[in-house]
Amino acid sequence: MTTRTEKSEDSMSTVTPTRAPHSDVPTGHHPSEGRVGAGLFDPGQLVDSLPEAFRKLDPRVMVKSPVMFVVWVGSVLTTAFSFKDPGDWFGWTISAWLWLTVVFANLAEAVAEGRGKAQADTLRKAKTDTVARRLVNDREERVPGTELRIGDLVVCEAGDVIPGDGDVVEGVASVDESAITGESAPVIRESGGDRSAVTGGTKVLSDRIVIKITTKPGETFIDRMISLVEGAARQKTPNEIALNILLASLTIVFLLACATLPPFATYAGTHLTMVVLVALLVCLIPTTIGALLSAIGIAGMDRLVQRNVLAMSGRAVEAAGDVSTLLLDKTGTITLGNRQASEFVPVRGTTEAQVADAAQLSSLADETPEGRSIVVLAKERYGLRERHQGELAGAEWIAFTAQTRMSGVDVDGRRIRKGAAGSVIAWVKEQGGDVAEDAQALTDRISEAGGTPLLVALEDADGARVLGVIHLKDVVKQGMRERFEELRRMGIKTVMITGDNPLTAQAIAEEAGVDDFLAEATPEDKMALIKREQAGGKLVAMTGDGTNDAPALAQADVGVAMNTGTSAAKEAGNMVDLDSNPTKLIEIVEIGKQLLITRGALTTFSIANDVAKYFAIIPALFAAVYPGLDKLNIMRLSSPDSAILSAVVFNALIIIALVPLSLRGVRYRPMSADKMLRRNLGIYGLGGLVAPFIGIKIIDLLISLIPGL
Amino acid sequence: MGPVLAGVLQLLALIGALALAYIPLGTYMARVYSSDRHLRIEKWIYRGIGADPDTQMRWPAYLRSVLAFSVAGVLFLYLLQRLQGVLPGSLGFSSVDPAQSFNTAVSFVTNTNWQSYYGEQTMGHVVQTAGLAVQNFVSAAVGMAVAVALVRGFARSRTGELGNFWADLVRGTLRVLVPIAAVAAVVLVACGAIQNFSGIHEVGQFLGGSQQWNGGAVASQEAIKELGTNGGGYFNANSAHPFENPTPFTNLLEIFLILVIPFSLTRTFGVLVGSVKQGYAILATMGVIWLGFTALMMGTEFAHHGPALQIAGGALEGKEVRFGVGGSSIFAVATTLTSTGAVDSFHSSFTGLGGGVTMLGMMLGEIAPGGVGSGLYGILILAVIAVFIAGLMVGRTPEYLGKKIGAREMKLAAAYILITPALVLVFTAASMALPTPPHSMLNPGAHGFSEVLYAFTSAANNNGSAFAGLNANTDWFNTMTGLAMLFGRFLPMVFVLALAGSLAGQKPIPVTAGTLRTEKPLFTGLLVGAILIITGLTYFPALALGPLAEGLA
Repeated sequence: MTTRTEKSEDSMSTVTPTRAPHSDVPTGHHPSEGRVGAGLFDPGQLVDSLPEAFRKLDPRVMVKSPVMFVVWVGSVLTTAFSFKDPGDWFGWTISAWLWLTVVFANLAEAVAEGRGKAQADTLRKAKTDTVARRLVNDREERVPGTELRIGDLVVCEAGDVIPGDGDVVEGVASVDESAITGESAPVIRESGGDRSAVTGGTKVLSDRIVIKITTKPGETFIDRMISLVEGAARQKTPNEIALNILLASLTIVFLLACATLPPFATYAGTHLTMVVLVALLVCLIPTTIGALLSAIGIAGMDRLVQRNVLAMSGRAVEAAGDVSTLLLDKTGTITLGNRQASEFVPVRGTTEAQVADAAQLSSLADETPEGRSIVVLAKERYGLRERHQGELAGAEWIAFTAQTRMSGVDVDGRRIRKGAAGSVIAWVKEQGGDVAEDAQALTDRISEAGGTPLLVALEDADGARVLGVIHLKDVVKQGMRERFEELRRMGIKTVMITGDNPLTAQAIAEEAGVDDFLAEATPEDKMALIKREQAGGKLVAMTGDGTNDAPALAQADVGVAMNTGTSAAKEAGNMVDLDSNPTKLIEIVEIGKQLLITRGALTTFSIANDVAKYFAIIPALFAAVYPGLDKLNIMRLSSPDSAILSAVVFNALIIIALVPLSLRGVRYRPMSADKMLRRNLGIYGLGGLVAPFIGIKIIDLLISLIPGL
Repeated sequence: MGPVLAGVLQLLALIGALALAYIPLGTYMARVYSSDRHLRIEKWIYRGIGADPDTQMRWPAYLRSVLAFSVAGVLFLYLLQRLQGVLPGSLGFSSVDPAQSFNTAVSFVTNTNWQSYYGEQTMGHVVQTAGLAVQNFVSAAVGMAVAVALVRGFARSRTGELGNFWADLVRGTLRVLVPIAAVAAVVLVACGAIQNFSGIHEVGQFLGGSQQWNGGAVASQEAIKELGTNGGGYFNANSAHPFENPTPFTNLLEIFLILVIPFSLTRTFGVLVGSVKQGYAILATMGVIWLGFTALMMGTEFAHHGPALQIAGGALEGKEVRFGVGGSSIFAVATTLTSTGAVDSFHSSFTGLGGGVTMLGMMLGEIAPGGVGSGLYGILILAVIAVFIAGLMVGRTPEYLGKKIGAREMKLAAAYILITPALVLVFTAASMALPTPPHSMLNPGAHGFSEVLYAFTSAANNNGSAFAGLNANTDWFNTMTGLAMLFGRFLPMVFVLALAGSLAGQKPIPVTAGTLRTEKPLFTGLLVGAILIITGLTYFPALALGPLAEGLA
């Protein structure tokens, strides 16, 4: 892992982002909404998606969903039979509702897809045809972006749109990536290291960089994003396939039950019309889940997209729900990405107050969080009022840069510097000063304790010298302990990964409440840990951004690459977090679980519904020949026709009623499997048994009010 | 003591006996199927049939062995009947005709024991003892072997190996069925069941006229008939015949024999997968359904209205007075919730709803507790399906006993649950639609329909009991029920073994707090619900036109 003590892009995020950033502190505890879920459902979307729903009536499209295809065939049949007997209002009404059932199913899918399409349109705008400045033998030539090949070198300067995905091989620049991340604050991209990847369609704001193209046109990140959010690349996920098999087999079972009924009925002395048989079939087969299944899948992906996470496959989203081990990097995930000043330690011959004063002055020009924390500590602990740069007349401020790794001020003949130990010592020696003997011991002590030492030095009339050391320390994010506790209840083990020594790592692990930690972790250690967990049958999720993370990201079942990371990392992972917020891994797991729960809940609901429908339809069909069967008409439905129609209408309306749920996902709260099962069985199992009895009865009452029936 | 109380006390005695046998028998069977030592007699048998009992079989090999053994059994039994006329010990009966021979051969090899013949008027000693009785043992042992193979699929990991069919077959027969059957036969003889090889006796009746009584090795046949959930009676009257089932005590003993192995196998399952609690959960599921059905049956039979029935203390038509309504109801439920099909009373004469209960019991797939072996694998398949739905509801890829239920597993489980409904409904519909088959019905109306529906339900589920009244000895019914029995037995086995192979190849998933706990009562409740809804609802329209129409009239 790379350390992030250098000037990080956070220092630039003083601009207020147009889109709410995902704060470092795990949030989501909004009282009004579940942590995952959200995504408001607007009934207007139903109307907007109607044309698409009708377009999907094409049998070649319908056949992809076996359950709804059966309904489609049934609708065709009943319509055909109604044409044979045009005076039969019952046949026409049933046909109409069967068609509506199919349209409602298509509508659910169309609405789900529609949300992705809007996102895709925004992305397309970013993907305008660009002109690339290709370097050939150090000479620039202008070619269309579509003609770039892997390995080409292109130059981008302030104002240029980067023509394709690639790595910066020369220079540093600030880049506006809002086209893909929605985050308006620019980010730094520089050659070498882990922040070299640039994405086509983003815009260079300052400086000049040379980029080596790493993907073919048409296969760039933005192209993949578009096809992902549009659902064009959507493939059925393993659980979805398995569920489809179950639904298909239930459909076949009920098809058999209905197809074999006519001879039985004939023997009993009654004749079943095709319309009635199809109505019975459609009521029995699991249309509710069959209609909503693909919408649930699309909406699940969409929920990730809303959180600025791109899953390269639905399979990865499902795997996220199965994860049993989370590998979390300490820095940025468990602790605040930036260390904070915790104490000022003077060298022999100076006082703490002197160090604090010098540290504060030299940090005023340092806008990094570390720098800010020094000012804050000086104020809180030593009562030093924060001075503003303008207050000190004639002061010359030296801002922190990644190159110098120091900040400071020259004022009243004093030159104060603060920064990384190496840089400050070099500066002191350059000025001909001495480094106090105990400075080295102090920095070593802080390092050993897991902290980061910064040196404060002063050059005045007495010459240059080191005044003291600032102790920068990791601070565990608020709420992490509770979060890990929740994960434990969900059966997920958390492992903290850190480059720290075991002692420090243990201290932070205990403070944060993780289950385990991996100290002094090398990429090889990480890989070995993943393999060990997987050998035990566990599914592992991790985040990473560096090139050396790539093998582990590829090995992990869920590998979330940070968008700020290298292209190797993004290529290896199966998800990319555009916000580069490693804490989001936890949300990803929850979204994965919610996706599966929604499918299971609606399947249960759909199957449980059948009981009531039988009690509506069977007496309606046969009470005329076997009057005893009227005892099964426990809903006391008004007439056989009304009973069958009510069941069909209920069956259709329940689809529309559940569209918002399938798009939003069922409410999810972290809890043990036992509790979750009890809760969901209660709501969707028992609810599924009871709801149709009530619904069918109400519809029947309404139908019986229609005059002339 | 009133008849209701008597029935309840019998039920309690039965539950007590089953509970006593559960742990020792279940644990013993687990040891039988996991031991690596062979008895001397077993070694002789392996040498005789040229099998190596120590080779591990993958599922295709296991299946091939099951099928080869069963095909050989059908052929042997068919020829034995066809040649009966020229064999000694035939009691003078002629050879059985081809359609009936086929039907009977299939019937006994598939553990169905559907009988379209009158035992005492068709089969001599040789066929009864060397043919039918042998199949009573081995067809049961085959069912247990397949169940154990599935359990091994759950218990084993990263191997596709399911054990050795020949070892499982021989051990199940010699170490489990033969000893228990032997003890039971002795008890039956002690209680008055007959055991001899005497011929046909002409006996005068009280009111004049005469009657033929056959002798035969009845008690020994009776013991395995119940223990192996076979059900094929030595006599046509089956367990209602006093030579087969002389007293209320033997009646209870026979019910005990029917239920003891299927229930105890859940313990075997628990031990083999390393968690007896998982076994208890399956046991609880079976127990809840079984008790529920028994209560329902007693309810319909005792509470039946109508003055004659009230005076008799319940619906006694077709029931033996010595067993009463209680003993007959318990027997009827036990025999139809297992794949036994023995009867001590006539299901056709039960009340309309009572007849429906026997049919629904079979339609659930005979899983509470089900046939020896077939009950366990049947309910495990349904558990896989219940786990799939419930597993999704806890937000994980469904898993059962540490094995993932993915697309392949689902495909096999779904195929399994499709087979019997398809067979029952299609064969029944064909019988109703064609002009000739309905002539076999004895009764008109809903009851007549029930006769046909019952016949195919019984055949496809390998039960073997009949809704008396239907003349099933026609070419149509002999052939079609024969096919229903064959497909109903072996197609499910194909999918069970394929599933076992697929499970055995997986690596296990460790249990965490996020795992669906399948040993908890909640899961048992879910499984009961899933069984009733998924398998029960399939038949609702058909049941409505038969027993429901009759019972609710």
